[in-house]
Amino acid sequence: MERLGEYIPIVGQSIIDDLKLLAERLKGKVIQQVNSTSVGGGVAEILNRMIPLLKELGVDSRWDFIKGGAQFFDVTKKFHNALHGKKEDITKHDFEIFEDTSRKNIEELDTYGDIVFIHDPQPVALVKKKKGNKWVWRCHIDVSRPNKDVWNFLKGYIKNYDSAVFSAPSFCQKMPIRQFLISPSIDPLSDKNRELPQQEIDAVLRKYEIEADKPIITQISRFDRLKDPVGVIDAYLQVKKYIDCQLILAGGTAVDDPEGAEVLAEVREKAKKDKDIHILLLPQNDLEVNALQRASTIIMQKSSREGFGLTVSEALWKTKPVVATDTGGIPLQIKHKYSGLLCHSIEGAAFAIKQLLNSPGYAKKLAENGREHVRNNFLITRHIRDYMLLFLSLYHPEDVVSL
Amino acid sequence: MPELIKAKEPFRFYTRLHLSELTGFKATTLEELLDLMKEVPGSCIYHHTHRFLQQHQYLSPEPPNDFAYWVNSALGEDELAERLASIDTVQFSTIRGLREEMIAKIEQYIKASPKSKRKFAEEAQEFHFIKSVSFILPTKYVVNDLKEFIDVLAKITMDSVYFHIFEARLRLEKKTNDFSYWIETSIGNKKLADKIANLDPYTHTLEDLRDTLIKIIEKSV
Repeated sequence: MERLGEYIPIVGQSIIDDLKLLAERLKGKVIQQVNSTSVGGGVAEILNRMIPLLKELGVDSRWDFIKGGAQFFDVTKKFHNALHGKKEDITKHDFEIFEDTSRKNIEELDTYGDIVFIHDPQPVALVKKKKGNKWVWRCHIDVSRPNKDVWNFLKGYIKNYDSAVFSAPSFCQKMPIRQFLISPSIDPLSDKNRELPQQEIDAVLRKYEIEADKPIITQISRFDRLKDPVGVIDAYLQVKKYIDCQLILAGGTAVDDPEGAEVLAEVREKAKKDKDIHILLLPQNDLEVNALQRASTIIMQKSSREGFGLTVSEALWKTKPVVATDTGGIPLQIKHKYSGLLCHSIEGAAFAIKQLLNSPGYAKKLAENGREHVRNNFLITRHIRDYMLLFLSLYHPEDVVSL
Repeated sequence: MPELIKAKEPFRFYTRLHLSELTGFKATTLEELLDLMKEVPGSCIYHHTHRFLQQHQYLSPEPPNDFAYWVNSALGEDELAERLASIDTVQFSTIRGLREEMIAKIEQYIKASPKSKRKFAEEAQEFHFIKSVSFILPTKYVVNDLKEFIDVLAKITMDSVYFHIFEARLRLEKKTNDFSYWIETSIGNKKLADKIANLDPYTHTLEDLRDTLIKIIEKSV
């Protein structure tokens, strides 16, 4: 099915023409993407949408997976948390489990690509098979303050790649290889972001008994302390003293995360006295998330840490004013007072929300700027362009490349 | 209506796409910023003085560069920020010259306000030096007169406008922008070429710059 053409009304013909120009330069190269799963998680989500588009452009892009048992994935989950800076007890045995599974994958997986594009730490050791081809490691994790033991262990592999890619400048590490900054993206045609008819939005509001004619402040996030849902309620309560409004906290369930269940209970306890606070569990319901974002007056993202925070781009794309903390990839998406408001505290967030609710013209301007910023920088077409430039950079070490 | 002049040489539109390369260099104080500005490759200075033009092409044309933005937002030095923001970039024909001017402004400021050396950016607010890697590609658009030129100018990407106006002049160290050069040497219209060369492109958004160029050229066709 041809899909590339559907992006023309959104980004313009000339952007698609540029993608075609780049794709021509990659003719004959096989790009092999490798990760650990085809379903679930942000990496699989983006590859599922990106690989068909690359193929349509004529870039021979293929996708392979490594194998691993429960023990291996328990260890890589611990690695993931430790790289995010969370305290984890990682033993020598954990590293051995990682190496054992990696050894089996090295034996079994054919790394046939002219460019082998490895996503995240799970398949990182495959680089031992590197011969004459090019290898790139794509890090989707916030490694600004990683656990040193885990990072140094992984670095032993990463330094053998040709290049590494990170999502924010602060994630860059001291390494002897080229490192690039490529932001993730949203797909404007996905269920989470596509235009919705007003009836569909209204139906979702009715389903959750949300009033359509009272301002709605929303945060879409997992119930996780790093997303600070309790702080969001505190900010809302400060606003509520002056402006009658509603709050929606919507996110995925946390069945496998004991801390998540604890946070959810805490949030519910804090919210129970106010009928205008709506706590919604939305397990992977992209259309409802889309509808709630579109029904909102203001979107918040009050995270204390954030890998990138694509919910900000999702909101801006829907021309919603955003109040968010100045952390991780958020300042790449919002320039304070140009395309949203950044804050550092509950009081700051409450003040920003009041400003926006009381000055709809200002809120509209920020949101319009935000949408254009996302159009230029955070849509899947820009992401594909950056990946193709990255592949070309493997054959061109210079700073100005004439193709 | 005057007859359209056919160009001696056709004009081919190019486009320029860029990739951001991380350098690992970061500054938390004004002195660190200054030291690194002296050391980093010219591609870094270019990136931080031109990134805003491309990434925020729809906004009012400020803030003009990352150094000014950071000095203000992370260190609270708004006076220095203003001085860095108001550097007349169009007066410089090389990155080297632009770098020297910025360094001189910061050195003068530190000398006059030694207290500024004691300010630190908070954690996660550091200045990260990034390098711009440019990929230049020919597009399919080739024009032979100003009428065709306007038609293409109206539909090419902002990256292409950007390349011919900013990158060709400063990064590739040509004396003027590509449009003025072609209009003067191939169309023979020096007056129009000068009019375009005398625009200060840094005070326009890219979309506004495109419209301004089209209007100026339309008047002369």
